[in-house]
Amino acid sequence: MGTMATPQVPPFERFYLTHRDEVLGYLRRLLGARAEDAWQETFLRALRAYTRLEHGRHLRAWVFTIATNVALDELRVKQRTVPQSELEPAAELQRDAFRELEHLTGDLPPTERAAVVLRYGYDLPYAQIADALGSSEEAARAAASSGVRRLRRTHERER
Amino acid sequence: MNVNADLDARFRAAAVAEGLVDVRYDVVASPVGDLHVAATWRGLCRISYQEDDWEEQLARGFGARVLRSPLDDVRRELDEYFDGQRRSFDLPLDLRLGDFPAAVLRELAQVPYGQTDTYGKLAARAGKPKAARAVGTIMNRNPIPIVLPCHRIVGANGALTGYAGGLEVKRRLLELEGAVFTA
Repeated sequence: MGTMATPQVPPFERFYLTHRDEVLGYLRRLLGARAEDAWQETFLRALRAYTRLEHGRHLRAWVFTIATNVALDELRVKQRTVPQSELEPAAELQRDAFRELEHLTGDLPPTERAAVVLRYGYDLPYAQIADALGSSEEAARAAASSGVRRLRRTHERER
Repeated sequence: MNVNADLDARFRAAAVAEGLVDVRYDVVASPVGDLHVAATWRGLCRISYQEDDWEEQLARGFGARVLRSPLDDVRRELDEYFDGQRRSFDLPLDLRLGDFPAAVLRELAQVPYGQTDTYGKLAARAGKPKAARAVGTIMNRNPIPIVLPCHRIVGANGALTGYAGGLEVKRRLLELEGAVFTA
């Protein structure tokens, strides 16, 4: 074999230890009890793609992207995405406000749920959320915004 | 949300079973301290007394997909060795070395349990009688100490010279094997 080029990504073990808990938390928020299988699938996919990772790729955003893909695949099996209707932008949530509304995210359509949780639960910038959703940045904003509106409506109804 | 031990173990086992790991490693407790052991699909590739920079070293040598995962055969054979129940190892090895170091380590593997040999004689058997010093360097860089028994190689006067794990470890290994050496 001789010498190999210096790896451009950290040893997988280190990447895995850094992100495994956070990714499980994220998937629990999206999938509840089904999170564990999706979590394993996420890290197996990461391992399959790991040697092809580009140098300098933001690893946290990357693993959230994989987790989102796995979760959306899983959710779409059970539930069709509701077409996004009127997309008037909702005001940004405060993180505290999100904590109050978070328990309601289970009722959101999958893409909106992922966008809202990534934005308010994990502070990902919209550019990275767009990556995770495989959409444009505008669409990511719209999904989060529409999700927030829906959350507020549900919250109003519950009061 | 913490990943529990069971979920973690299931992932590691699945990753290995799917052949997605370049090199896996384990830590084996022994009478001479914790041993870091690593294997590729071809076989055992590293034993180290040091944990500094361990994963990075494995990544540089064998690929970035480094994962901790039980190496039961390695653990069992090392345990048997330290219990005095095993005199040679049956583990497949993955050695990635140039011709001369490979020849030296092949000869090293033939030095019997409980006996010592000298750098000069080992050099001669590997085909370069004058390369005792180079053999010293090769012993020092031995990727798989204990299994490839560089602790059995001593100076021409029988004195213990260097050892990657420290001279005290070399002495203990030789004592365990009942070897005669100059203290």
